[in-house]
This record gives sequence, structure tokens and C-alpha cells, in this order.
Amino acid sequence: MLTIHNLKVRVDGKTILNGLDLEVRPGEVHAIMGPNGSGKSTLANVIAGRDGYEVTSGTITYQGRDLLGLAPEERARQGIFLAFQYPVEIPGVANVYLLKEALNAVRISRGESELDAMDFLKRVREKLQLLEMKEEFLYRSVNEGFSGGEKKRNEIFQMAILEPKLAILDETDSGLDIDALKVVANGINALRSPDRGIVLVTHYQRLLDYVVPDHVHVLAGGQVVRSGNRSLAVELEERGYGWIENPTADAVRAEAG
Amino acid sequence: MSRSAAATEAYLAAHQALASMLPAAGTPWLDHRRSSARDQFRELGFPTLRDEQWKYTNVRSIIRQAFTLPPAESGWMDKGQVDAAAVPGMDTYRLVFADGILVPQLSRCDDLPKGVTVTGLADMLRTDPGRLEGELGELLGEPTHGFNAMNSAFVCDGAFVEIGPGVVVDRPIELLFISATGGEGRLALPRNLVLLRAGSQATLHERYVSASPARCLTSAVSEVLIEDDAKLHLERLQEESERSFHIGGLFAEVGRNACFTTNAVTLGGALVRNDLVVNLNEEGAEARLNGLYVVGGRQHVDNHTQVFHNSPRTTSYERYKGILNGHARAVFRGHIRVQPDAQQTDAVQNNHNLLLSPDAEVDTMPQLEIYADDVKCAHGASVGQLDKDAIFYLRSRGVAEAEARHMLTRGFMADVLDELEPLPLRQYLQHRIDRLMSAAREAT
Repeated sequence: MLTIHNLKVRVDGKTILNGLDLEVRPGEVHAIMGPNGSGKSTLANVIAGRDGYEVTSGTITYQGRDLLGLAPEERARQGIFLAFQYPVEIPGVANVYLLKEALNAVRISRGESELDAMDFLKRVREKLQLLEMKEEFLYRSVNEGFSGGEKKRNEIFQMAILEPKLAILDETDSGLDIDALKVVANGINALRSPDRGIVLVTHYQRLLDYVVPDHVHVLAGGQVVRSGNRSLAVELEERGYGWIENPTADAVRAEAG
Repeated sequence: MSRSAAATEAYLAAHQALASMLPAAGTPWLDHRRSSARDQFRELGFPTLRDEQWKYTNVRSIIRQAFTLPPAESGWMDKGQVDAAAVPGMDTYRLVFADGILVPQLSRCDDLPKGVTVTGLADMLRTDPGRLEGELGELLGEPTHGFNAMNSAFVCDGAFVEIGPGVVVDRPIELLFISATGGEGRLALPRNLVLLRAGSQATLHERYVSASPARCLTSAVSEVLIEDDAKLHLERLQEESERSFHIGGLFAEVGRNACFTTNAVTLGGALVRNDLVVNLNEEGAEARLNGLYVVGGRQHVDNHTQVFHNSPRTTSYERYKGILNGHARAVFRGHIRVQPDAQQTDAVQNNHNLLLSPDAEVDTMPQLEIYADDVKCAHGASVGQLDKDAIFYLRSRGVAEAEARHMLTRGFMADVLDELEPLPLRQYLQHRIDRLMSAAREAT
């Protein structure tokens, strides 16, 4: 459903992604790992369509269409969801209001009718339960005054409501204590399905103990330098990123190939 | 002679011609008040940019033109205008004024609760001037600028509201001031006196709308006394045409454990100046002062607020927010003064502005003067644009960019709008503001 080919991206004139390839098929969970500065978050933001990322070459194809030509909201309506590393606080806009707007925008673009108030509330309550959140939370302003953990939980809650086809989770595990991590992982696992692709961007393999990926990729220097299964993540945990970053990336690529 | 002095002279001449015909002329205390105000007006003249309090607001466009008071019996009685201004779903007691003069036929105050007086000031002056002696003009004190002085020199009509001790008024009292009812160049000088006796409670709406786009000047003064344990909720809404001039002054005094909430919403007017002076005179007095201005085009809005903490354990919470489109300009000056014996004062003041256009401009000046040592005082001011990260966040959830901007703008003002009472008024204003915002978007 998502094919990235030879993607090169510059931010503020500096090349961050340098020929990245990635293929995500429906039903798969991919983990993108890598040291700080390797381009993980850039990848997530480029897929979601954030401003300020200059694609200098390569392609991103989503469900057979060129993704790069679409506005962020259009990508969302086509089923792409980005769980933010740093969710934004939006004073004066209630969570429930955003959820309704977002859900209806997706539904209308699919040619469906707006969800009626009863069905909407039913779905919302169900997902609140899944993420162990209180109903009062719906009426608070989006992320305003939330703790780091609450913000991350809210991202997964939104994802659960919107039921995207392709979910990109950018460092969703960072800043979570173990209990919150379990709740969030539980929410992600509940969304695993044969027709949904999930990409977990993470620095640590801790989350992968709870959400077991089908594929693990290691990013370094703006490229995927190694791909494997879950055991690669375990190996990274034990040995750190150093053995992949040094010796040179070329040698690693030779080894991987 | 300067232009300002010439304008002052013209109004003084009008005053001389009219003085003997003003309501209750010949009543000694009132004659004295009017003539001393006239003298102060002569002395003060109209403010200029050299005046620190008017540094950013140029009234040249106001004094360039001669505005004239409406005839004593204008005969204006357009019920359609009153119906058009009504807030849907809100039942009120109502006084209607045409260019500052009461229109009894359009007013509706017949089933007021016992102990409540809501009537025209001119009527009260004619029938029972003694009831106003020692009240009218007390809270304003010495006029601070020519507009106040002019209002006091002429004192002709406006609203007189008195809520008796312990009385709780069941619905809002609406004072609807309709300007521009008689073509170009009308002058309206509403003068309102509001007295909340001990333990009483009321909600008051002071509204300014235009009957036509004719250019007119309103210079209003409201004096508000809130006695011990009383509660007043006063909403001031400026929705006049974008060609109108409006200078409004509100002078309030708050008693022991009394609470004064006021929200000043400015949507209309070419040039609007709102002065707000609140004296917290007794222990436990509390003021909640909010403002919201949503302006565009070449509108200019200036909010000047002064809060005096004169006694221990007094509280003021002030929050003004502005949204500016086009070439609009806003000025905010917030002055808080904590007197030496006003220990344990709690004062917060905020002014936040959202610029939706590169050509809009804001001058914001917080000013705290604290002479007591055991106080909590905080202030904040900001001028900014919509947060790009927030726009992206909403778009990444499927919300279109224009809608995302709209949601954020609504969110920005939500906390101030939520303070307005009752709910139908909030909804009415939200709707009005939505329409203004979409018109501004189309204009760009």
C-alpha cells in the first residue's frame, strides 16, 4: 500500500533522507529504528505532508497514487494517520469537536454520510474504554495541559476513532511509563488488521516487546541500512547502534546485501 | 485656532443654545454639574496624540465633522430595527434609544420585579431629580477627557437602572442604543446610571447598533455602583456600522464582597474607544473584566482599562483578546494600581492578540503600579499569528486548511466568549463573528 523509492529529502538545505526505500503491505507492522538524527521523524513527517521538507528526488506511492502531490488533509482523508511525536496543544477546541470534524471529513471524502450523534458517541465511548480514558477528557481542549503520557494516549485514541489504513506512529513510546506503554500498545494491537499497515518509528525496542513487528528496519545516514525481523530489534537493544553506524555505511550495506 | 479648539467651540455654542431646554434644567444641583462639566470641556478640549492616554488613537476624523444632537421629538420608531437586533431565544426587559433618546413605544419593562426600576434618565430627571442627586456624576468624578466632559455637560437621556436591596432580577435587562436613525452626522450622548443595592443581582446588556450606515458619533458614559454583596454581570456589545464613531466610558465602584463581571465585545465601528475604570473599594470586592475585539478593514479599536485596588483582599481578573484582519488597528492599555493598604490583592491581567493579516497592528501596554507588599499580581501580553504546527496538526486529521484556521481562531476566543451570559447571547455573537470572519476571508 505504501512504496517509497529512492527518497531524498532536504530540511533547511541539509540532506536528511538520502535514497530511502521502503515497502509496506496491508496487514504488516514495520518498525523503523535508528539513532537520533538518522531521519526517522523526517520520514514520518514527509509521509504526512508537513511543510518545510523538500523532496529532491524519489517517489512515495500510496495505494497506487502519487502521495507527494496531495495536501495533508487529503492524505488523512485517504486513510493516512500520523501520531505525532509532539502532539500540539489547541486551546479552546474540545477533543470531541475535533474528533467529529476529523471523522466526518474522512467519511465525506469516502462518499459516506456523517455519523449521527448516537453512533458517534457509541464509537467514542468504546475507544475511550480501550485506552482507559475518562469521558470528561472529551470536553477538554485538545492536548491542553495534558501530561506527556496523556498526549500520546490521545494520539492513539484519535487513531482508534479514525481507523486509518496506514498509521505512522512517531516515537509514540517516548515519555511513557510502563503502565501507559502497555495501554498504548494495547490500543495499537487492537488496530492490527489484515487491511491496515502500521509503521512504528522508535528509538528503543521497548515498545516492540508489546507490539511485535513483522519487519524491522534500521535507518542511518538517511537510508535503510539494514532490514530484518524482530530479532534485529533485539540485537540492536543488546549491541546499540554503533555496530551499524561504524564501520562505514557502505560496509554495512555490503553485509546486509 | 486649532482644529480641536474649533470643534470644541462649536459644541460649546450648541450647548449654550440648548442648555435651558435640557431635561430638568433649572434644578440647581444639575445645573451646577452641567455647567462645571461644560467648563471642564472647554478646558480639556478633545484629546490629541500628545496626550499620553490617546497616543495611539487619533480622533482627528471625529472632530473634522460637526455632529448634532437629534431633535427632542425625532419620532423615530422603527420596530423592524429592534426586531432585527434581538438576540434569538433571549427574553429581556428592554429600553430602546434612538440616537441616545428613549423610545418608550419600543421599550418593554412592564412586568419588572418589585424593587426594580428601569427607566429613561430624562424621565427620572424630570419627575424625580432628587433621587439622582448625589448619584449622577459621582462615579465619573472629574472628566478625564473632552468626550466625557461633553457627555456630562449635556446629560440628556440614557438609562436609569436601580435594583433594590436583595432583589434578584430574573432576566437580562437590555439597553439597546440604536444610532444613525436620522441620516448623517447625528450625535448621541447616552448617559446611564446603574445602581445595584446591597445583595442584589442582575444581568445587564448595553448594546450599540446602527439603524443605517450613516456616519454618527456616540459618546456614552455609564456609571455603575455595586453595593456590598451585590452581583452584576454587564455585557457591552459594540455592533455599530463600520462608519460610526464610538467613545464609551464605564465607571464602576464595587463594594464589600460584591462581584462585578463585565465583557466588552467590539465588532463594529470605524473608531472605537472603550474606557473602563473600576474601583474595588471594600474588602472582598471582585472584578472580572473581559474584552473581545474582532475587527478588520480600517477599523480602530482602543481599550483603556484602569483597576484600582483600594482595600485589602480585593481581586481583579482581566482578560482581553483581539482578532485583527485587514488593516485593522488595536490598542490596549491596562492599568492596575494597588494602593498601599490593599494587602493580599490578587490581580491578573492578560491581553492576547491574533493577527490574521500582515497589515494589522496592535499596541499593547500593561501597566502595574503596586504600593502594597503582600500581593499577587501577574500580567501577560502577546501579539501573534495562528500556530503553524497547530494548523498542520488539524490538517493531518483531515480538516481542510481554511476550516483549520477557522477552528483555531474560534478556539482562541472561546474562553472570553464563554464568559458571556446567557447562552443565547454567546451563540448569537459566535454566529455574528463567524460571519465577520468569513466576510474577511472573502475580502482577501
